[in-house]
Amino acid sequence: MIDKLVMYLQFPLVRYALIVGVLIALCSSLLGVILVLKRFSYIGDGLSHVAFGAMAVASVMHLMNQMILILPVTIICAILLLRTGQNTKIKGDAAIAMISVGALALGYLLMNLFSTSSNVSGDVCSTLFGSTSILTLTIREVWLCVILSIVVVILFVLFYNKIFAVTFDENFARAVGTKAERYNLLLAVVTAVIIVLAMNLVGSLLISALVIFPALSSMRIFHSFRSVTITSAVLSVLCATSGIVISILVGTPVGSTIVAVDAACFLICSLAGCFAGGVHK
Amino acid sequence: MAQLTVSDLTLGYEGKGLVEGLNFTIESGDYLCIVGENGSGKTTLMKTLLHLQEPLSGEIRFGDDLRANEIGYLPQQTVVQKDFPASVREIVLSGCQGRSGLRPFYRRREKALAEENMKKMGVMDLAGRCYRELSGGQQQRVLLARALCATRKVLLLDEPVSGLDPKVTAEMYRLIGELHREGVTIIMISHDITAAIRYATHILHIGKKIFYGTTDAYLQSDVGHMFLLEHEEEVEA
Ligand SMILES: Nc1ncnc2c1ncn2[C@@H]1O[C@H](COP(=O)(O)OP(=O)(O)OP(=O)(O)O)[C@@H](O)[C@H]1O
Ligand SMILES: [Mg+2]
Repeated sequence: MIDKLVMYLQFPLVRYALIVGVLIALCSSLLGVILVLKRFSYIGDGLSHVAFGAMAVASVMHLMNQMILILPVTIICAILLLRTGQNTKIKGDAAIAMISVGALALGYLLMNLFSTSSNVSGDVCSTLFGSTSILTLTIREVWLCVILSIVVVILFVLFYNKIFAVTFDENFARAVGTKAERYNLLLAVVTAVIIVLAMNLVGSLLISALVIFPALSSMRIFHSFRSVTITSAVLSVLCATSGIVISILVGTPVGSTIVAVDAACFLICSLAGCFAGGVHK
Repeated sequence: MAQLTVSDLTLGYEGKGLVEGLNFTIESGDYLCIVGENGSGKTTLMKTLLHLQEPLSGEIRFGDDLRANEIGYLPQQTVVQKDFPASVREIVLSGCQGRSGLRPFYRRREKALAEENMKKMGVMDLAGRCYRELSGGQQQRVLLARALCATRKVLLLDEPVSGLDPKVTAEMYRLIGELHREGVTIIMISHDITAAIRYATHILHIGKKIFYGTTDAYLQSDVGHMFLLEHEEEVEA
């Protein structure tokens, strides 16, 4: 077992996959805590479908660099969805569901109508459930991911206290002079970027898992924002690492393996939470 | 110069006026109670004073010694989701962010301030506890401690005693009275007209008729008479 792992780790591609996987898991879990608490658990799903739709449009237009289209479109949708914050009349879930399903349908339709590839459903399937492209990353993509992750983590640490205040009680935060709109905007942009990155890893159908599972798991056990955030990051990194390792050793699909590990982790944390709660009370 | 001057203010939503022609001034050290029926626009007024929403017309001016972010606020209901993980200390400390500006972390001085206010409000022994597991009265005191971290000048309190039992209510009024004596300007919305008359120096009544003046003047006024009568009937019924 170990031998096999060590052997695989000799391949740069496997190392790249591990690095990128861990970084994306880290970033999405940090964002996940906020998104879950803001009642935007499903935004990961919605935005990734938007990204899927944009990708379909980009491939129909035969764009060389699809990111030029995908990233701006996703960011704009994220801003539209998150901008309104706490003070909306219509809560975000209906809007997310609408955009999400619409983009998915449009994307599939376009791919079917115009695709030049002979294996349309194979293409669609791999973007929905995560492609093997996590195992074919180039060194440039790895660097891009590393830099973006560092930026996200730095932003998160710098604005940690503001983010907490705005998430906990937006009205109070604004009353004492915090520019809540700015932080909502920042959150939207960062979310969109992370989701576009993470699509490669687990695909657009499973992306919500990376966002919500670590946050929910740590919320079972811990009761302060700081400990929940830290635990969520740690759990997410551990789950992603073991998920990728397992998928390499056993030969299962990367995305669904990571999500399965996350789900198992959630179950364990729930049990632990119940047990600890029972002891307390 | 007055701490807060409101002139010709019209409040409302989506262009529809709710309260028109509000005029009043608040001096440093006042204890103003805002009374009126449910839905008369008390919370709306408070949110407008806090710049959480725009007035339809009119003007709110702050005195020279008061910047907009030097106001502490206790919301009517903080809709904190049931599952929000936040400790009492984290919440009280978040009151300091108005003074920390763009600086990312809290200084030692601010942590000490949070500590001091938790002691003052008697929630120091709850510091590590999860907010959502506290009782209503404890939660109110935590939020009051947070508001105190934001200011030593003006506190806006939206029904700080709603849902509290008589004993905790009395304790809450005592704490607020103490802050008032220390020189904090108090602007409080209250349904408890008897307490309002007892503690406040000024009363603002909003509704069909608007009244603003000292508590004594309110007791002499028609609006005050009517409201007190209605209140007594309610109590008897
Ligand atoms: N976001 C909103 N959009 C439109 N109308 C609103 C909104 N919020 C409140 N209103 C309306 O404005 C009126 C005043 O509401 P407000 O919350 O200011 O009353 P209040 O005096 O604080 O009442 P209470 O004593 O129940 O707290 C109500 O009729 C309410 O229906
Ligand atoms: Mg109200």
